[in-house]
Amino acid sequence: MSVLHLAILLPLLAAPFIPFLFRAVKRIHTGWFVLVVPTLLFVYFFRYIGITSDGGVVTETVRWMPSLGINFTAYVDGLGLLFALLITGIGALVVLYSIYYLNKDKESLGHFYVYLLLFMGAMLGVVLSDNMVVMYMFWELTSISSFLLIGYWYEKERSRYGAQKSMLITVFGGLSMLGGIVLLESMVGSFSIREMVANQAVIVDSPFFIPAMILILLGAFTKSAQFPFHIWLPDAMEAPTPVSAYLHSATMVKAGLYLVARMSPVFQESSLWLWIIVSFGTFTLFWGSFNAVKQTDLKGILAYSTVSQLGLIMSLLGLGAAALHYDGVDDNIFMVATIAAIFHLINHATFKGSLFMMVGIVDHETGTRDIRKLGGLMTVMPITFTIAVIGSLSMAGLPPFNGFLSKEMFLKATTKVFSADFFALDTIGLLIPVVAFIASVFTFVYSLIIFTRTFMGKAQFDKLPKQPHEAPIGMLIPPAILAVLVVVLGFIPNVLSNTLIRPAVESIYPSLVEGGQAVEVDLYFWHGITPELLMTIGIVALGTVLFFTLNKWMGIYNRVPYRLTLNGMYDGSLVWSNKAAYRFKDNYMTGFIRSYLIYIFVFMSGMLLFSMWWYEMFSFSFGEMAEVTPYEYVLGAVVVLSAFAILFMRSRLPAIILLGVVGYGVALFFVFFEAPDLALTQLVIETVSVALFLLVFYHMPEIGKKEARMRFKVGNAIVAVLVGITVMMLSFMTLSNKSISSISEYYKENVYDLAAGKNMVNVVLVDFRGFDTLFEIIVLAVAGLGIYTMIKFRTTAQRTKGEDEHGHEAKK
Amino acid sequence: MKRHVRASNLMLHSITRVVTFVLLAFSIYLFFAGHNNPGGGFIGGLMTASALLLMYLGFDMKRIKKALPFNFTTMIAVGLLVALFTGVSSMLFGYPFLTQFFDYYDLPVLGTTELSTALPFDLGIYLVVVAIALTIILAIAEDDS
Repeated sequence: MSVLHLAILLPLLAAPFIPFLFRAVKRIHTGWFVLVVPTLLFVYFFRYIGITSDGGVVTETVRWMPSLGINFTAYVDGLGLLFALLITGIGALVVLYSIYYLNKDKESLGHFYVYLLLFMGAMLGVVLSDNMVVMYMFWELTSISSFLLIGYWYEKERSRYGAQKSMLITVFGGLSMLGGIVLLESMVGSFSIREMVANQAVIVDSPFFIPAMILILLGAFTKSAQFPFHIWLPDAMEAPTPVSAYLHSATMVKAGLYLVARMSPVFQESSLWLWIIVSFGTFTLFWGSFNAVKQTDLKGILAYSTVSQLGLIMSLLGLGAAALHYDGVDDNIFMVATIAAIFHLINHATFKGSLFMMVGIVDHETGTRDIRKLGGLMTVMPITFTIAVIGSLSMAGLPPFNGFLSKEMFLKATTKVFSADFFALDTIGLLIPVVAFIASVFTFVYSLIIFTRTFMGKAQFDKLPKQPHEAPIGMLIPPAILAVLVVVLGFIPNVLSNTLIRPAVESIYPSLVEGGQAVEVDLYFWHGITPELLMTIGIVALGTVLFFTLNKWMGIYNRVPYRLTLNGMYDGSLVWSNKAAYRFKDNYMTGFIRSYLIYIFVFMSGMLLFSMWWYEMFSFSFGEMAEVTPYEYVLGAVVVLSAFAILFMRSRLPAIILLGVVGYGVALFFVFFEAPDLALTQLVIETVSVALFLLVFYHMPEIGKKEARMRFKVGNAIVAVLVGITVMMLSFMTLSNKSISSISEYYKENVYDLAAGKNMVNVVLVDFRGFDTLFEIIVLAVAGLGIYTMIKFRTTAQRTKGEDEHGHEAKK
Repeated sequence: MKRHVRASNLMLHSITRVVTFVLLAFSIYLFFAGHNNPGGGFIGGLMTASALLLMYLGFDMKRIKKALPFNFTTMIAVGLLVALFTGVSSMLFGYPFLTQFFDYYDLPVLGTTELSTALPFDLGIYLVVVAIALTIILAIAEDDS
């Protein structure tokens, strides 16, 4: 257990103490204690920058299940460290923000911070684990803790709905990912990601390459809210705003991006990888930005905006895979895609975090997040307004903010597809910059909506639940820090390039780095009149036009009926699967023993006949059969006739007596076949059971006694005949395929010498096989005691309630 | 079932007295004959049970209860314990569970007789069977509802 392990597990270790602190220290907001954890971790991880920026990695292993190859291997490289810093840094800001956001007297903070710390620890585990099973474990812990956080206000129905939706979708993806992990392990023989990267050639040649890739991508796409799995993210906005800011903008939704980046060295040789990621990412980029415009809830806009930006980063990660195939070694233009992806990942975390916190402030101070009610807050909340403007413009990709830089790099990367002469990128790839351009226009529109509708325009304070005023300073600090970062990173982006971005990009291209290609990250503000700058000007122009004509074209959103939307299909499928399962169950679980007996009999006969046919066991030989005597013919006829006659009896009494005839007939058979002990026992037992049958008959209600003879049912007859034939065939088959001689010779020879008895049956029962007998008398004892208790200890309730009524109730 | 008819049934009473002894004797014969001839604990037990049952049929419940002061449910446990003890006793001498032994002895009246541990095991079976049969039948018979 190294310090690194302790650091990863620190949030998880701290979590159990939170409820006690919450209860013991009432005077101080519990968040202050929690704040220590991410701050410490941030400082701790900050020190790793020195190691990773020189290309170094830190690996520490704790043996967990070595026999299964599952060890907790902490692995810090550029990519992992970048995420760790995001998680702890934004985590600290979010905790600080939540101290002012959540009321310590009204909210159950004990729960909130436990969930949040669980989540933080889980995220750290995901990004710093080298072992994929351990990573999967942390991955699912993020799903669970985010489920708990989304459903934090569990008395609200929408919260529960959102929590369930996100749980179903992300766990679906998580389980798919587990499948992919298992497939990868079967190819490489190790769960370690580094091993997989090292054996990348083996994986690419394996027939399971594509299934494994798709399964892993399912996990990444569901977690990162890619189309069509993005639908959980807008519903997760029911969570408290600090949670939305932390989970649904900066960290958890980026776990999928992390996974894609992490697995890129394994999969990116394949063109399928590039195409899947780029097409899903690009479409998500468009779809998210398109849908964000129609939202009226500020958090809804931000949710779709997050979806869109995640799609952007995803498609950049996909485009980055092209770098491996690009021949112009000296200036690898596709490398810029990955650099842009990493840079935008950081930028998005900063501006989206600040925007969420800004929305939280607006919600907190006015009581609503509906843009139709808000307006004119600029004068009342100037600081919040400033933060909103910086965040929105950065999101829209305008200078001088950091969003502009990453957006430019994105556009540059998309326009570069024309110069690629592989994977048909130069032809079909034409769509990529077009879609990117359209999506950017919509991004510009909704970014404008966010701050103009909230802060500008006519003030309508009378519609607001609360009288608005500026937020307390503590609530403003975290978004202000993020906004400052947005500006600082916009002006001097190169502080990041060698410390965070280059190490991260290098860990995505281990093969290129080994091949001697240098990853050069040089971020600078002005790069002359380039095509992407012209595109940005076009975006701003078109976006402005669209923004001012918004009312004219909003109608297109209502064209699609709800049933056909993705949310409609999700809800429909939930209802449908529930209904279908019930219908399926109701169809065969009829509640009648008759039906179940038919299933059992048909299955049994079917399986037996099928296996007899399959193994060609239908060869019967009757050579070893003994001769049948006339007595046996007569007796056989009597038994068969009386058994058959039972079916046609009008009343039950003759049926019971005929059953007795069958029993005594069998006893006679035992006599013929020289089994005196059996004959004796059969006679007595048959007598007793007929007497018991008569007793039951005597106590039957009048209706049952009068019932006419059994109704004929074709299905039952067929099943009965089938079972009869099956059993007959089985007996003939076993008789004619006897391959092992009987053990009875041994008994015959030794019965007197070893056991001093002449009655072999009895000696077998009490001596050779006495153990069976011991348990048979126990069976008898249990049966007897059962009958005794059933009769003697009936409760009064059962006695008063009619059997029918009871049965009816039970069925309901 | 129809108890009032049985009030003064002299024929039944007299025959029951005689037949019961014959049945009991036969059942004991079956029990002891088991090792070498058809019979044994199971059928012997059933025969004893039917003899006792005949007594119950011939007379009324109360009188037979007085004459046979057994608790049949306890008897089940006793029978099981006897059978189990025979099995365990062989373990005390270092043999596997339920190893049976036999030897020949000169007994005062019977002469040279074979005694085997299979007999107490059979006795356990016998007791359980008698007790079970009577428990079931008496429980049903005493049920009023």
